[in-house]
Amino acid sequence: MRQLCKGNVAVVKGAILAGCQAYYGYPITPASEIAEAAALLLPQVSGTFLQAESEVAAINMVYGAAAAGARVMTASSGPGLSLMQEGISYLAGSELPCVIVDVVRGGPGLGNIAPEQSDYFAMVKGGGHGCYRNLVLAPASVQEMADLTVLAFELADKYRNPAIVLADGFIGQMMEPIELEYHEVRLPERPWAVQGTPETRKNLISSIYLETDALEEHVRKLEAKYIRASQIEARHETLQTEDAEVLLVGYGITSRVLRSAVEMARREGLKAGLFRPITLWPFPAKALVEAANKVNRVLVVELSNGQMVEDVRLALNGKVPVEFYGRTGGNVPSVEEVHSQLMQHVMALI
Amino acid sequence: MSTDSKADVKESEILAAGYQVSHSKSPVFYDTYERKDELQHQTHYCPGCGHGIAHKLIAEALADLGLQDKTIFVSPVGCSVFAYYYFDVGNVQLAHGRAPAGATGIKRARPDKIVISYQGDGDLAAIGTAEIIHAANRGEKITVFFLNNAIYGMTGGQMAPTTLVGQKSTTSPWGRRPVNEGFPLHMAELISTLEAPVYVERVALSDNKNIMKARKAVRRALEIQRDGIGFSFVEILSPCPTIWAKDPVEARKWVAEKMIPVFPLNVFRDRKHEPVENAVIPIRPIPEVLEISSTQGGTAALVLPGEPSSPKHTHHFQEFAIKIAGFGGQGVLLLGQLLTEMGMREGLEVSWLPSYGPEMRSGSAHCHVCLSKERIGSPLISHPDVLVAMNELSLRKFAPQVAPGGLILYNQARLPQDFQLPQARVICIPASEMADKLGSTKATNIILMGALLEETECLLAATAEEVLQTKIKKVEMMEINRKALAAGREFIDHYVRVGAVSQPDGFAY
Repeated sequence: MRQLCKGNVAVVKGAILAGCQAYYGYPITPASEIAEAAALLLPQVSGTFLQAESEVAAINMVYGAAAAGARVMTASSGPGLSLMQEGISYLAGSELPCVIVDVVRGGPGLGNIAPEQSDYFAMVKGGGHGCYRNLVLAPASVQEMADLTVLAFELADKYRNPAIVLADGFIGQMMEPIELEYHEVRLPERPWAVQGTPETRKNLISSIYLETDALEEHVRKLEAKYIRASQIEARHETLQTEDAEVLLVGYGITSRVLRSAVEMARREGLKAGLFRPITLWPFPAKALVEAANKVNRVLVVELSNGQMVEDVRLALNGKVPVEFYGRTGGNVPSVEEVHSQLMQHVMALI
Repeated sequence: MSTDSKADVKESEILAAGYQVSHSKSPVFYDTYERKDELQHQTHYCPGCGHGIAHKLIAEALADLGLQDKTIFVSPVGCSVFAYYYFDVGNVQLAHGRAPAGATGIKRARPDKIVISYQGDGDLAAIGTAEIIHAANRGEKITVFFLNNAIYGMTGGQMAPTTLVGQKSTTSPWGRRPVNEGFPLHMAELISTLEAPVYVERVALSDNKNIMKARKAVRRALEIQRDGIGFSFVEILSPCPTIWAKDPVEARKWVAEKMIPVFPLNVFRDRKHEPVENAVIPIRPIPEVLEISSTQGGTAALVLPGEPSSPKHTHHFQEFAIKIAGFGGQGVLLLGQLLTEMGMREGLEVSWLPSYGPEMRSGSAHCHVCLSKERIGSPLISHPDVLVAMNELSLRKFAPQVAPGGLILYNQARLPQDFQLPQARVICIPASEMADKLGSTKATNIILMGALLEETECLLAATAEEVLQTKIKKVEMMEINRKALAAGREFIDHYVRVGAVSQPDGFAY
């Protein structure tokens, strides 16, 4: 049965379906409805909701809860995520699973509250200190705000690593019908957690390795985990790429605009296709190479001045010219705007 | 459990055990401290350091109270970062200053366990001030041991928030000058100004008598947590001979003579709370809370279950885009949500995209509604088929965007005099005035919805009634809305269909 739901609320519904036990967060537009829905819903299913004194405290509460073996999450937007970066580095270093949602707004600084995709570097490339990775999922619909939150919890546990749901102001604020199915959740065993029991008494959650060789060994162990994840966890979606001559690449809300742009181009006889990364880390590089195999131009569109485009260029490695079109400040390009960009690049080919 | 359980062990056995720390050791301490191969018999703390004594007092108390198996110890950043080498309990190491936040997460996940946050003065009283104050203010049922030695030890002798006036450090080389660095922070006093903490005491490791008092305070603090009473905080004035450049005996004397006058020893708080009333939160089955079951009525205003209840309507469009704009408070966003909900119930793909802003009232608001037979691409509408303009500002701003041949519904009897007409039909409808007459200005948006449905036939009026029923609980308000819906439809029938049709040059009637 379909229900009309806001993207931010869908995150919490997905989290509860995934067996999330605790939410620690701090309000910020355009992510606040996540905290509000968590405050309303989580306690009714015996979960914990706590509004922290800051994002710094919130992410460390998440760290504590994860260390104690709870399924736990937080959510915020750009400025809040900047404050959380220290904690995210510690979580990755201590190999603690958790889910973090970033409903991206305009930056840098206070910027504004309109949608951007300018946190790609901060979330996908790290952002905090040290050699670590976040698993990053990019929903493009309200349904995916729920579904990818569920997946994020699963991946976080599978790899004992923070998993990030990277959305934007529009996906967070918009409403669409969603369908949810309830299955009883069996939370994974966490024998490594510090649970205050005789069995777990010897457990230690820490990210400190003072001996150089010990730290290097730890970093290598993390890296092996990331290589494993990068081999099997990349996810993507394509639209009409089989016979495409030009390929549009975008994620999240932008991919929705590009979907319409592909249809518009096809109506005019231009064979356009869409490649949408669902996981931003690991980046679906192999699939992108396949999708771009026969095209003569790639156009990457982002709500930033060009962040994911670097990964696209790395993946395609000069095989196809990669063009970029970006909007910032909270401006989301219209379908017509993308279409005209596309036509300019196609005309340049003739 | 005796603290001296291994005191009778023969010397030969001690030697046979290699570096085992077996003399007068609490069982809560590990037998060997696995730091470096050659250092397993000794701690990393300097001779005369207060941490060793504080560790011992805590370990003894945990053993005597039988809490070892259920204790989770949070190490901070500072000299005590390696507390987990000594305490044979569950250990969690946290970022600088964040131990009380981490301890909060642990305790909330494991409410029946003993959670200890052990912090130094830089950790607790500088970088982690917010975390300790708020954990204390929430009355987290944890125990905090605060080691105050008026200096940064681990990083090599920089100024602490508790450094005494005139005390030299590597970052206050002329001595702490209040004009530049302010005065030492009194954490125990600060925390005892809060409502929630139940036990706050300051003790000192200055001499054996005071150490015995500290021993009692440590036990009391842990008992309070064991009994689930509330937040307990013990500030421990502690010597740091190495950084102070004193021998252990002089350092103890310095605590007594210099620190205690500034940080007086006292029980600042030791009380039980009167029971406070808390709202009871109902526990409900997950499908019900998530509104998955079809039998559940909606509780959250914006999240309602919807069954495509009117699938008979064959929609005349592939995709239909509506933009609604006006002031915040005019029901702009709600009107959009109602239409979206209706579209969903009629089996369409739908999306609702709001403008959202910091302005809560009287700012401008608009939203985009897409109704489609296929999966919706961009929810952002560049050229709406219909614009509902609820004020003049919105009309002027968005009218030029309306698709050629589209429709504008304007919430006024007349268009503004100087208004340049776009390539769209305009229907002027004094909806606010009509709503006032019905008894509530709030019904303005519903009158416009009636007009929109009647004029475009994009969705069924019956579906509108059905959705309104689920959203509006008050009988009187529902009655007004039902009338408003009818009034909007009648307006189109009487003033637009009968008589003058809206003209490209202006007026609807």
